[in-house]
Amino acid sequence: MTTHPSVELAATATAAPGPVHRPAARRPTSAHRRNRALRLLAAIVSCAILLFPLYWMVVVALSPRGELLTLELRLWPRHFTLGNFDTVFSSFPVASWFGNSVAIAVVVTAITVVVNLLSGYALAHLKFPGNNVTFLLMLSTLMIPTQVIMVSQFRLVTQLGIYGTYWAVILPSASTAFGIFLARQFIIGIPKEIIEAARIDGAGRLRIFRAIILPLCKPLIAVLTLLTFLSSWNEFAWPLIALKDYQLFTLPIGMLYLQGQFGSDYGAIMAFALLAVLPMVVLFLFFQRYFVQGFTRSGIR
Amino acid sequence: MSASTSILNRARPGLDPPSEQRRRRRRRTALDTIAGYSFLGPNLVLIGLFLFVPVGWAFGLSFQRTNGFGAGEFVGLDNYARLVGDRIFWQSALNTGLFTLLVVPLSMGLGLGLAVLMNSVLPARGLFRTIIVLPMVISGVATALIATLIFDQSKGVLNKLLGATGLDAVPWQSGGAAAMLSVVLATVWWRVGFNMIIYLAGLQAIEPELYESARLDGAGPWNQFRYITVPMVGPSTFFLLVMNIIYSFHVFDIVYVLTGGGPGYATSVLVTYAYQNGFVTRDQGYAAAIGMVLLVLTLVLTALQWRFSRTRDQVG
Repeated sequence: MTTHPSVELAATATAAPGPVHRPAARRPTSAHRRNRALRLLAAIVSCAILLFPLYWMVVVALSPRGELLTLELRLWPRHFTLGNFDTVFSSFPVASWFGNSVAIAVVVTAITVVVNLLSGYALAHLKFPGNNVTFLLMLSTLMIPTQVIMVSQFRLVTQLGIYGTYWAVILPSASTAFGIFLARQFIIGIPKEIIEAARIDGAGRLRIFRAIILPLCKPLIAVLTLLTFLSSWNEFAWPLIALKDYQLFTLPIGMLYLQGQFGSDYGAIMAFALLAVLPMVVLFLFFQRYFVQGFTRSGIR
Repeated sequence: MSASTSILNRARPGLDPPSEQRRRRRRRTALDTIAGYSFLGPNLVLIGLFLFVPVGWAFGLSFQRTNGFGAGEFVGLDNYARLVGDRIFWQSALNTGLFTLLVVPLSMGLGLGLAVLMNSVLPARGLFRTIIVLPMVISGVATALIATLIFDQSKGVLNKLLGATGLDAVPWQSGGAAAMLSVVLATVWWRVGFNMIIYLAGLQAIEPELYESARLDGAGPWNQFRYITVPMVGPSTFFLLVMNIIYSFHVFDIVYVLTGGGPGYATSVLVTYAYQNGFVTRDQGYAAAIGMVLLVLTLVLTALQWRFSRTRDQVG
């Protein structure tokens, strides 16, 4: 029998999968080849199933309306059209919704990342009374499901006079300890000696943060930025409650509204859904490593 | 701050008298305290205002009858008493439980299977892994809308496929059980990537020597899986169990968009029912009481996770 998969994994776990090196003495046996073919088949079938909904979204978005109403089964489109996109753009303020989503996600991300990095630095490197208690208190907020407080949060933004504005969405979304844990763990890993040396050279705490911590935190900032942007972009329940003016809708709320208006004109609905998910898919394909790291790490609560 | 650092600059530990040193250390702690709370300040203000205040407020609201306009009326434990006798509340709670019972094992089992597959020698493994994780970046609303399209009873591609293979059409919209199944399947599609990633990280931490020696002892693939893989990813399993249960208790987006809780209340879950009470029928005190039930459930689960989470850091 040749090397077990996991033996090779040790070497290739993080590297891109390339040709696997095998010593000449361990030629694959036929049983081994069969196993490998079965594994490949299993992977292809499961990925085809997982990919199908996205494929179908694209197909329906690009199909003429009549084609969907037929009762026969067709898994690929016969005619392509961009008519569904025309319909969506001419009936809804799609550009505004897109802009709203971008603006809200950018501001939420900027606030969250800055505020969480500052907290992470303080909790990781400054010794002061209450340090640990504050950390635990902030961590405990991760357990408060926003679904529990939607009614009182709605009242709060109403009282603050920001109901229905961007800020009603932004401020509660940016009030998260989500990044604090990641930031603290990451910054603790920065050697104390570097910071001590800067201190001895006369750098103040803010300067140490800006000149030493921040440049070393680039991977952390990348992970936090991408994850915060993603969750703000996809957020649904809270914007649904906090926004009322149709012009100010974000994409997910717009999607729901469009479904309400168009009923079963799936072509238009899918065209819009495609526009809404495409930016995140592209972002994911480019920065997959950071996303996966973030998903894996942020799970640890 | 620059004053403190210039003092530190001249500091030569060991040469100064102890009292001098102590004073300096105290000064540094005082400055660290000021700096620490200034750095934490913005975060503390935001979290205090938008999380702690609403939690306290929700607790207070759960003892009131209020429609969201004007002051509420204090009704004591009335809302909680109503919950006990509310058939729809119990149905929503049972649906949440059923949803959890289906989604958690399905997404974890599939996640583990895919992780084992992705952990083995496979051509184009990176591409496969990308495809499995991809649904995680699709929004819940988009997921639900795609599911609406696929599960459409008369025009959906799934029923057409079933028809082509000679099977009966499934009443995804008009049948309660089928509607629940459609919500479960859409959720599993959305969640399986997360489970795969966590399991994959757990698998990669297993020493290859374990498999090597098991093989020398004559263990086949199934026994290796049963006696090495499964116990070694135990901490990941526990972690995922808690995370998936918490997620399932809080499910909203997919249910709200895909079925709206229907037909009837067949797929109504705790959060959609709370939303309906809070923002449709505007019985906000009652909605807050449902929220409190959810909060308690979540806290119990999280306490369990904290109690047992140490093991994951050691192995996973």
